[in-house]
Amino acid sequence: MDLRFTPEETAFRDEVRTFLRAALPESIRRKMIEGRHLAKEDLVGWQRILNAKGWAVPHWPVEWGGTNWSPVRQYIYREELQQAPAPDPLPFGVNMVGPVIIAFGSEAQKRRHLPRIANLDDWWCQGFSEPGAGSDLASLKTAARREGGHYIVNGQKTWTTLAQYADWMFCLARTDQAAKKQDGISFLLIDMKTPGITVRPITTIDGGQEVNEVFFDDVRVPIENRVGEENRGWDYAKFLLGNERSGIARVGVSKARLRRLREIAALERVGDKPLIEDERFRVKIAAIEVELKALEMTQLRVVAAERRGNRPDPASSILKIKGSEIQQAISELLLEAIGPYAVAGEAPHEEDERWNEPPVGHDWATGLAPQYFNMRKVSIYGGSNEIQKNIIAKAILGL
Amino acid sequence: MDFELSEEQRLLNDSVERLLTDRYTFDARQRFMQEPLGFSRELWRRYAELGLLGLPFKEEYGGVGGGPVETMIVMEAFGRALALEPFLATIVLGGGCLRLGATAELCASLIPKIVNGHLLLAFAHAERQSRYDLADVASTARKDGSNYVLDGAKTLIVHGDCADKLIMSARLAGERRDQHGIGLFLVDADAAGLSRRGYPTVDGLRAAEVTLAGVRVGAEAVIGEPGNAFPLIARVVDAAIAALAAEAVGAMAALHQLTVDYLKTRKQFGVPIGSFQVLQHRAADMLIALEQARSMCMLATMMTDERDEVDRCKAIAAAKVQIGRSGRFIGQQAIQLHGGIGMTMEYKVGHYFKRVTAIDTLFGDADHHLAKLARMGGLVDAA
Repeated sequence: MDLRFTPEETAFRDEVRTFLRAALPESIRRKMIEGRHLAKEDLVGWQRILNAKGWAVPHWPVEWGGTNWSPVRQYIYREELQQAPAPDPLPFGVNMVGPVIIAFGSEAQKRRHLPRIANLDDWWCQGFSEPGAGSDLASLKTAARREGGHYIVNGQKTWTTLAQYADWMFCLARTDQAAKKQDGISFLLIDMKTPGITVRPITTIDGGQEVNEVFFDDVRVPIENRVGEENRGWDYAKFLLGNERSGIARVGVSKARLRRLREIAALERVGDKPLIEDERFRVKIAAIEVELKALEMTQLRVVAAERRGNRPDPASSILKIKGSEIQQAISELLLEAIGPYAVAGEAPHEEDERWNEPPVGHDWATGLAPQYFNMRKVSIYGGSNEIQKNIIAKAILGL
Repeated sequence: MDFELSEEQRLLNDSVERLLTDRYTFDARQRFMQEPLGFSRELWRRYAELGLLGLPFKEEYGGVGGGPVETMIVMEAFGRALALEPFLATIVLGGGCLRLGATAELCASLIPKIVNGHLLLAFAHAERQSRYDLADVASTARKDGSNYVLDGAKTLIVHGDCADKLIMSARLAGERRDQHGIGLFLVDADAAGLSRRGYPTVDGLRAAEVTLAGVRVGAEAVIGEPGNAFPLIARVVDAAIAALAAEAVGAMAALHQLTVDYLKTRKQFGVPIGSFQVLQHRAADMLIALEQARSMCMLATMMTDERDEVDRCKAIAAAKVQIGRSGRFIGQQAIQLHGGIGMTMEYKVGHYFKRVTAIDTLFGDADHHLAKLARMGGLVDAA
C-alpha cells in the first residue's frame, strides 16, 4: 500500500496543471469560482480548447480521439479540471452517448457523430425521463412506430437538460408495445431540427432554465439512426447510466467550492471577527472536509481496482450518494456564510437587462442562494440516492 | 498509488485470519475474559510463534521489520475477532515508545523479550484532569543525582494491570499543560512506591489506575529526550490511533456482516425482514459508513510514518473523526436492526458495539479531533 503518486504520475499532474493555468480563459475561471451562469459559448469554446490539445475525450479509444491514459491518469486529469476550476465537459456527448455509439453504434454513426461530439460541434441532450417515467424509467411511453425506412415518434420527454441548445437528442422510445417493459425499448438518435419537435423550458426553483420538456408529434426518424438492435435499448441505457456514475463523486468540484467557502468566510464578519474565526463554523467546515477526504480515498480505491480490471460498478453508487451529500452540504454552508444577504436574490444573467446594476449586498454573495436551491438536484438526477441505495442493497448486500 | 497488500502481507493476513477464526469463537472469548489476566496467555504465545509480536521491530532485535500496514492487518483481524490480548498496549504503544525513543541498549534488552512474548508493557500517560489533552501532565519527575524520583497518578491505563513494566510520562519542567518539560520513564510494575488497581472496562478489556509516591528510577530508564518527550508521545499516540482505526474497521465490518445476515434470515410477517426497503436502505447507509471508515483507516495507516508532522497530525485526526462517527452509527444501527436480541449479553453484536464505543473515547473522541482539525485549518489546502 502506498498513497503516493509515482514520479510519472506526479509529472503528469504538473503537466495538466500547467496546461490548465495557461489555457483556461480567466473569464470562465472567474465564473466558475463565483458560481455564475456559464453561457453556451463558454462551454463550446472550452471544449474546443481541450480538443485542440487532444484531451477532449481522454477516456475514448485512441482511434476516436482518446488518450490511452491509465485509470489513475484519467482520475488525475478529472481532478485537476475540477479544481482549476474548469467547466465539466458537457456530459451528454462525451460521457453518455459517445461511449454508447463507440460500443454499439454502426461505423456510419461513429464517423458521423464522434468527431463532432469531441469538438462540441453538435450539442447533445438526453431523452430518457418522462412525466410518468422517473425512477421507474422502463415504464416510459414515448412510442416509435415503424413506417417504411422511418420510425414515427410520438410522446413527451422531460427534465431534458439544456435541450434549448441541442442539435441532437439520444432518446429511449418504445418500439414494441406488447413486450415486457424493459424488452420493447430502442435507442434512437434524433436530429432536433426535425419537424414535430417542440422544446418548452421549465424554470427551476433557483430561477434557472437548465431543464426542458420536449414534445414529439409525428417526428420522423430514419431507421439508420437507431443504435444497435431494435428493442435492445434498455441494455444500452444501463451501460450508459453505469458510465454516468463513474465521475459523479465530484471530489475536485467540492474541493474548489470549499476553498471558495473559506475565502467568503474570511470576508464575512460576525461581530468584530471574520466568520472563519468562529469555532463553530470552522468545525462545520472541518466535518465536511473529513467526509470529503474519506470520499476521495474511496474514489482512489475504486480507481485502483479499475486499474486491476475489477468492475467498479456497485461501489459507484456509494460515490454518487456521498458525493451528492457533500456537494449539498457545502452549498448549505455557503448559504449560511452570507447570512441575511441570502435573500437578496439571484445571480444576474448576462442576458438579463438589469445586469449592469450593482448587486445588493456584497458581490461575493451573489448567486449562492440560487446555487443552494439548484444543488438539491444532485441527489435526484442520475438515479436518485434512494435508487442508489436499492442498487447497493441488491447488488452488494444481496438483500 | 496502490491499495493492494504485498504477497507477504497477504500471507500474514491469511495466517492471522485462520488462527483467529479457529481459536477466537465467541464462547472462547467469554472464557478468555475469565482468565487471571483477562486474556489468553496461550494465544499470546501463539502470536509470538507466528511472529506477530515482532512485526514493527527491527530484525536486529528479533523483529520482522514491518511497518504500519502490517500493524493494520493484525489490528483489523483483532477487531473482527474482538480479541482481548494487549497488542495495542505492548506492541503499538509500549513498543512504539521504545523503538522510536529508547536508546539502543534499552531496545536490545527489552524488545527481544517483547517479541518472544515474555514482556508486557503499558503506556501510563492520561491523568484524572487531562481528558484528551496529551500535554496535560501533572505527575512529576525530580532529578536526584543520576536518578529520577516520580510522583503522581495515572488513569485508564489500557492493559495496565497485566503489564510487567509501565512507560510513564512525568513533568520535569514547565506548567501543567505545557508541551515542553515532559519526560518518559520506564518503571517496573512492582517498583517500591508504585501501587495499582486493575479493573475491567465496558468493552471486556482491562485497565488500571496507578499511583506513584517517590518511585526511584535510574538514568537508564529515561526514554527519549528528558523534558522533551512530547513529540515522541504525539507520534506514538498517532500510531496507536491508526492501529485503533484498523481494529474499529474490523469490528464495524463484523457488525455490518452480522446485521446483513440477520436481515436475510429473520422472518416477520412471513418474509425475511431484509425484504423491507427501510431496512435495506439502513444497511446500505451502514455500508457507506463502513467504506468511508475503511478509506480513512488506510489513509491513517499510510500517513503514520509521514515526516511532515502537520500533515500526519491532520490525517490522523480526520481518521479518528471518521472512525468515531462511523463506529457510532454502525454500532447503533446494528443493535436497532437486530431488535431485542441485539440487547442481550449472550449475543455478539452488543460486544462489538461496546468495543467501537470504547475506541471512540481512546486518545480523543470524534469531537475532540474535529475541533483540533478545525484549529489546524482543515484538510483542503488553499489553491
